[in-house]
Order: sequence, then structure tokens, then C-alpha cells
Amino acid sequence: MSDPALLALNLAEARDGLARKLFSARELTAAYNDAVAEAKPLNAYITPTPEHALAMADAADERLALGQALPLDGIPIAIKDLFCTKDILTTAGSHILDGFHPPYESTVTEKLWQAGAVMLGKTNLDEFAMGSSNTTSWYGPVENPWRKPGDNRPLVPGGSSGGSAAAIAARAALAATGTDTGGSIRQPASFCGIVGLKPTYGRCSRRGVVAYASSLDHPGPMGRTVRDVAIMLGAMAGHDPRDSTSAPVPVPDYEKALDGGIRGLRVGIPREYRVDGMPDEIEALWQQGVEWLRESGAEPVEISLPMTKYALPAYYIIALAEASSNLARYDGVRFGLRVDGDSLEEMYELTRAAGFGAEVRRRVLIGTYVLSAGYYDAYYLKAQRVRTLIARDFARAFERVDCILTPTSPSTAFAIGEKSGDPIEMYLNDVFTVPANLAGVPAISVPAGLSGDGLPLGLQIIGRAFDEETVLRAAEVVERAAQFRHLPGFVAGGRS
Amino acid sequence: MIESRSGKWETVIGLEVHAQVVSKAKLFSGAATDFGAEPNTQVSPVDAAFPGMLPVINRFCVEQAVKTGLGLAAEINQSSVFERKNYFYPDLPAGYQISQYLQPVVGHGRVSLDMPDGTVREIGITRLHLEQDAGKSLHDQQPTLTYVDLNRAGVALMEIVSEPDLRSAEEAGLYLRKLRSILRYLGTCDGNMEEGSLRCDCNVSVCRPGEPLGTRCEIKNLNSIRYVMQAIDYEARRQIELIEEGGRIEQQTRLFDVGRGITRPMRSKEEAHDYRYFPDPDLLPLALDPDWVEQIRAALPELPDAKKARFVSEYGLSAEDAGVLVAEKETALFFERVADRRDAKAAANWVMGDLFGALNRLGIGIGQSPVSAGQLGALIELIADGTISGRLAKDVFGEMVASGADPAAIVAAKGLRQVTDSAAIETAIDAVLEAQADKVAEYRAGRDKLYGFFVGQIMRATQGKANPTLVNQLLKQKLAG
Repeated sequence: MSDPALLALNLAEARDGLARKLFSARELTAAYNDAVAEAKPLNAYITPTPEHALAMADAADERLALGQALPLDGIPIAIKDLFCTKDILTTAGSHILDGFHPPYESTVTEKLWQAGAVMLGKTNLDEFAMGSSNTTSWYGPVENPWRKPGDNRPLVPGGSSGGSAAAIAARAALAATGTDTGGSIRQPASFCGIVGLKPTYGRCSRRGVVAYASSLDHPGPMGRTVRDVAIMLGAMAGHDPRDSTSAPVPVPDYEKALDGGIRGLRVGIPREYRVDGMPDEIEALWQQGVEWLRESGAEPVEISLPMTKYALPAYYIIALAEASSNLARYDGVRFGLRVDGDSLEEMYELTRAAGFGAEVRRRVLIGTYVLSAGYYDAYYLKAQRVRTLIARDFARAFERVDCILTPTSPSTAFAIGEKSGDPIEMYLNDVFTVPANLAGVPAISVPAGLSGDGLPLGLQIIGRAFDEETVLRAAEVVERAAQFRHLPGFVAGGRS
Repeated sequence: MIESRSGKWETVIGLEVHAQVVSKAKLFSGAATDFGAEPNTQVSPVDAAFPGMLPVINRFCVEQAVKTGLGLAAEINQSSVFERKNYFYPDLPAGYQISQYLQPVVGHGRVSLDMPDGTVREIGITRLHLEQDAGKSLHDQQPTLTYVDLNRAGVALMEIVSEPDLRSAEEAGLYLRKLRSILRYLGTCDGNMEEGSLRCDCNVSVCRPGEPLGTRCEIKNLNSIRYVMQAIDYEARRQIELIEEGGRIEQQTRLFDVGRGITRPMRSKEEAHDYRYFPDPDLLPLALDPDWVEQIRAALPELPDAKKARFVSEYGLSAEDAGVLVAEKETALFFERVADRRDAKAAANWVMGDLFGALNRLGIGIGQSPVSAGQLGALIELIADGTISGRLAKDVFGEMVASGADPAAIVAAKGLRQVTDSAAIETAIDAVLEAQADKVAEYRAGRDKLYGFFVGQIMRATQGKANPTLVNQLLKQKLAG
């Protein structure tokens, strides 16, 4: 098979091709190594690991030859550079982790390697996963492979898992890991025309994932299709005794759940997700999604999630409070960057001032403020109460419906630099994705159509805790109905 | 109560004791906890707060805390919460200490103190919570650098907070000794203050009797009971003097200067940290199964107060003697082995008298005693069955301390066996009375005091081996006859 033909396969197809020995894992991986190199201008990868990938591919080929194939054997994937990878540079997109080679492997990546997957490299991200545009990385912004037809301005891929999303969309990875704290998997998936799933909190271990906001961080899969994401999730999920918040619940066969059977499924349409200034075409696409599900036998139900409007402020208080504490360990004492000073305090100040970018500093400052004596009750405690109410909103809704359909994002990809002047405008990007993080329930973004100016738009399906199966099943129905076959302006191997 | 030139003052003291939990592994990581290991050899990536590393609670440390709570007659909270206490310091790798704040694992409890006047004072325990220890900053290894040793980072501590119920340095000392004794009985803290396993912060204020409490100062990190008492005495007098000179006590954190025996300010309230406590999102609330707590309760060892009461009722000891014997778990165990099926009062006297004396001279603890409990018991049996006299037994004991030999072997080797053969004793008596015929005449004429003289002569003639009871019996017959 030619390289472009190999790169055009999705994960499930590549898996089947490997099993049928149509090509070897080494051939597939070599094609992807070339694709990673070709896609370099997108800046999707911070650290490509081509030789490492080939060695893993060879090991996969040996197993395939013996007929002992693992579930993901020989599948080349990308890893968001927030996951610690043993002895391989791990940056979190930050200057402060300069030269950090973890002496351990994150649980999720460990599981992926145990399933036979091949690591192409570590993908770019917003610094410490703080951002919705992948413009805050110390390693520079990532470009979305999509451009508006007739407009050559580079667009953001969304964030914070922008490198992973861009790599998948540009065919420079078959699938990837992401993390989603307020939408960081789903929003870039929507911006790049791919599928991204934020699983239930506790479904995928956080151990070895550089923490942004511990109670909101969700590792999860990103891929080209719902099926690819289901296969990835099966390998990533599972109880981890080394993460106290990991849930001891069995992992079902997610691929098997994709049986199209949504007859009688009750789909909630929350009236609070119509926000001011949302483009009509997004509203129209949402209605289209409702129709697709109805045509497949589902029953749309209008529901109310009354606390939705408080989700964004509550999120930005809780996430930043936790972040301010989680990032205290970057002090120049034990690893990463150190800038020496004349005193201990000066070393701390110089190291953290040089090591953290503006957005991280802003979030650490806000987080420190909301936890301070005299402000704790008014901010942090109140935000936690709001969080409880939002979880109750979902619990009540799920008494009446089996899943909820919403747009993923109130906008399409915007130009790099377009929204960096006003942090609040940037934060508003997360308005539809944040509630699922606060409630810990699973949510997926699936590409559903193009905007008038030719950019991808995603729809979001939110489900009950630990019911990723329903979420995936409904998402696959939307995916099939939407027939999203569009390709971005740039794909490795060419648009053939 | 302190008398000063302006009258009487009351000292009010509350103690916060940090007790290192006896556990092979740390509170939230599997790393070892051995004292004295090479620097930075007992550190896991969790302890060093490497990115993405997460804490997982050590069940055994929780069991130790629950056990301690039960030993302090305290409420055990079925749900408690670990929070982060945020501050920057090089020996605090995460930039926060995982501790418990609003919801500790153990609530109100109490400790009973045996006061010197024989009364009992109850001291309230406010709470006990679990937290991580910090590492150590070493400032003396190199002139321009501070070294950090993270071996201790993450080791489990119990912070045991008392109510402000203590009224003098002496009471504080009694409280600490009693608390340490309970911890050692439970096996939840080894109580070695010189190794830092038990450290104490003292909150001290003064007020006029019956008046509201004064402003307190906290003296940090004292690592011996003697320093605690010295620091409290100094601090109370400092505060009284300051008030009497028209000054005002400022809430402060102070350090005790061991060399000069004074306290000095470390930081004032204005400089106090804002620790920004909030629940640690990496840990779920700690939920205890009530059945598990009951299992721990059922398996509790006998504690000092109960043991003391039993020593009084079972062995007929005085409360004071029983108190001395139960203060250290090892002493109580030793005593019970000595007293096993033997004369308990004799056992208590030997342990508290000759044995303590010998150990003191040697400067060692009862755990290193050259005389085992079995050997001391055997010695008491030799007295009881008349093999040796009580006087000779003292010599035999001295020999046991010196050589570690069994008392029977010493008695045999030195031919110290008591003479109980009445014929042999009669012969010795006859010889003495014959040699001292004039004294016998004087005795019979009414000089009763000479009786002791005859006994002495007889014992000397038998090298002390004659059975004193037989000597008395036969001598009285002969003198009367």
C-alpha cells in the first residue's frame, strides 16, 4: 500500500489490515513517521519519537506473526505531552519542565503500550493544559490543518489538546490521548473535525498525567471515528489502585456497544444551551442532530439544566484553585528549570517567573486569591456548592432521559491571536463543555457538519456516569447520519 | 499558680504533639520509613512530588490513628477529610502538606494524669489528625547551599491536640509522659523524642485566676520533655513580667533557645502564613467501616490506667507502686513475669528497688537488663523456699548483675546455700554460747540487748548461711534453758 492509502485508513481499518497482513506494523509506522515529519509546520508535536515508534512496531510485528496480536497491536498513536512517558521528555507545554524525563510511565500510556500501540511522539498543548486555543504553549502555537476557504490565516486547533487534535485531523496520527478539564478534548475535536471523548471521572487513571485541576482532569481518547475512540477507550480505561479517584468498576467492550440500536432512546435537549451570540448555523446544526436521532428511533425530550449559567464561573474558580496548589511543586528544587537567586525566595520567584507563561501565572494568581483567608467562603466554597447543584441538574435530567445532545462549542476555529486579548472571551469557549467536567459525566464531540465558512462543527452527547456505551452508540448514529467526509486543507500524504 | 510581685497568676497551656506513626511505609506512598538511612534513599516519586504522581492512603497508618484515638477514649469519626496546607519550603516538595483540618479522623478524647498528691486530673484531647511529615533542610553541609533530605517527607504523623487544660510545666511534663506511655503501649508511636518521633508545640498564656484567658504564644518544635517544661516556665514568667511592666502580649510563634534557656520570636501574627487549606482533590474522604473500628477496639492492649488498677486489685500493690510499674510498658511486662506465681509484693520491691538501682547505675533501660525476669523470679523463689536468706540474696543479685548468671548457679558455686540443718545450727550456737559464757550470764541477768549480739556471732560463724528463723528459734530455747 502507498503511504497516502495507509494514512487514509482509520484505526479500525488499520487494525484489520494488520490482522490480514495487508501491511506490516513497521510499514504503517514508517508511513506515520513520515507524516509526522511532513506535518511539522503545524507544530502539533513537541517531541516526535520515530525510532522508538519503529522499535515498538517491530515488536508488534513479531506478535502479529505469531498470531498473538494485542487489541491495538501496531497502531501508531500520539500522546498529549501531559502524560508522563518513562525516560522520554515530558513538558506539559511549559518552560518550567525543561529537560524533565520522568522515571515512570503514566498508567494510561502504560495500558496503551500493553495493548500493543505504537508511540509516534508527544503532542503540543496549552501550557499545563490551560487554554482553549493551544496558543499558550512554550513550544509555540499549533496550527489547525483546516483553513477557511479563501482565507489563508492560520487557525487555532482549539485547546488544550490541540496538538493531538491537529495531528489526527492532518493524518499524522491514527488516534491520540487527550485530557479534558473543561472541554480540552471535545472543543479541539470540534474545531478539527474529529471525535473526542471525555470519559466519566475515574474511568481513566490520572496517575502520571501532569495535574492541572485534579477533580476536573479527565484523560480520554481522540480519533477519526466513534469506533476508533471506542477501541482506544477500551485500552485506556480501568481501575488503577495508584489513583485514589480511579473507579473500581468493570470496563465493558465499547466497540460492541456500537450496534446502532437507539430505538426508544430518550435524548434530552437542554433549553439553557441556547446562549446569546451563538451563530444561527450552530443552532441549526443542533436541530439537525435532533432530527437525525429522531429518524433513528430516538425520542427527543426538552429538558432543563437550570444551573448551567453558573457552570463557567464555578469551573474557573475550582479549576484555578486546584491549579494554584498543583503547580506549587514547580519550584526549581528537584526537577525542570531553576533560575538561581541570592536567596531561597528569589530562586522561587525567578524560577517561576521565567518558567510559567502569562496564562499560567494568571490562573495561579486567581486560584491563590480564591483560596485566601477571607475569600474562601465567597469563592471556593460557593463554587463547590454550585458544582453540587450542577451534578444534581444532571442527575435529575437522567431520571427522564438517557443522554443529552448539545453543540460542543459556541464557535468554530478562530484565527491564531484573534481572541488572546480578552481572557474572558477565551474562557467563554468552554461554556457547553464545562458542565460535564463539573458533574464528572461522560461526553463526546462528534463532527456533524461544516460552518458557512467551511470549518468543522461538532455536536456533543452527554451521558450518565459510567455509561460511555450509550454515549458512543448515540454518537455513532450522529456520525453515520452526518456523513462527515470533509478533509482539512492540509493532510499528510496529500488530499487524495 | 505563679506568685509574682503583683499577686497570683495562672499559666494556661495546651499542647500539640506530633507523633510519628509506627509504620514500615509512609502515609501516602510505599517508601520505607527507617530512621538514620542515607539521605534521599527512602523517597518515592510521590514523596518527591513528581508531576502526575498521586497519593494513596496507607491503611495501616489509618489503623494506627484509630487505635490511638481509641486509646485516648476519643470519638472516631466515620468520615474525615484530607486537606492541603499550602506553603513554599524546599523540604516540602509538593508545596503543600496533606493534613486534616476541618474534619479530623479522631475527635474529643481524654488523658488521665496521676497527680503527685494522689488525685487524678483529666486532660481533654481536642482532636487527633493524620498528616505528612516534611523532609529536612540541612543548612550545615556547605556554606552557601542548603541540602534537602526527603527521607522523612511523607512519613505519617499524628497531631494530637490537647485542650488548654494544663496549668503548669509539671502538668505538661506529666501529660507528655502519660501520652507517650499510652502511645508505646499501643505500639502506634515509639515515643523516641531524641530521634524526633515525638515533637511538641506549646501554647502558653497567663491570666489572673478566674479571669478570661490571656493572649497565647506558641513555642514550636520542642523535642524533649525537659525543654517543654523549661520553655513553659520561661514563657509564663516572660509574659507575666511583660504585663506587669504595662506591656501587652502579642500573639506570636516563638522558638526555644536550648542553649540560653529562653524563648524568642519566630514570626508574629501579621507574618503568619495563609495556608489556603482546601480538600485535597486527589483523595476521597476517608470513610471508616464501623465494624473495622470495633475490631481494632476489641484488639486493643491493656492500657496503663487499666493495668494500674489491676496491679492494685490482683497483686495487692499500693497505687503508687502500681503507678511506677505501669509507666513503661516494658517495666510492667517485666514485673508481671517476675511476679508470675510468686510473691508479687516481693517482686515489686525487687524490681523498683535493687533492679532499678542497678539499671540506673549502668545507665540502661529495662530492655537491656543483665538480669532477666526469669532469673529475678528464681532468686525470689530461693528466698521463699529458704535456700538463701534475704540478706544473702542481695549479694547474689549483685553477682547476677555483674555476671548475668542464674541465681542457683551462683549459690551453688559460692556455697551460699542456707544451713537449715538444726543439728549444725545447734552446734554453732553451742560453740558461740560457750565462748561467750560471761555474756550469756549477763543476758540471763536481764541484758536483753545482747540477743542481737549472739545472732550476729552465730551468723558470722556460719558465714551468713544459717537460716535466720531456725537460729532465732534454737537460740531462744538455749538461752532460756
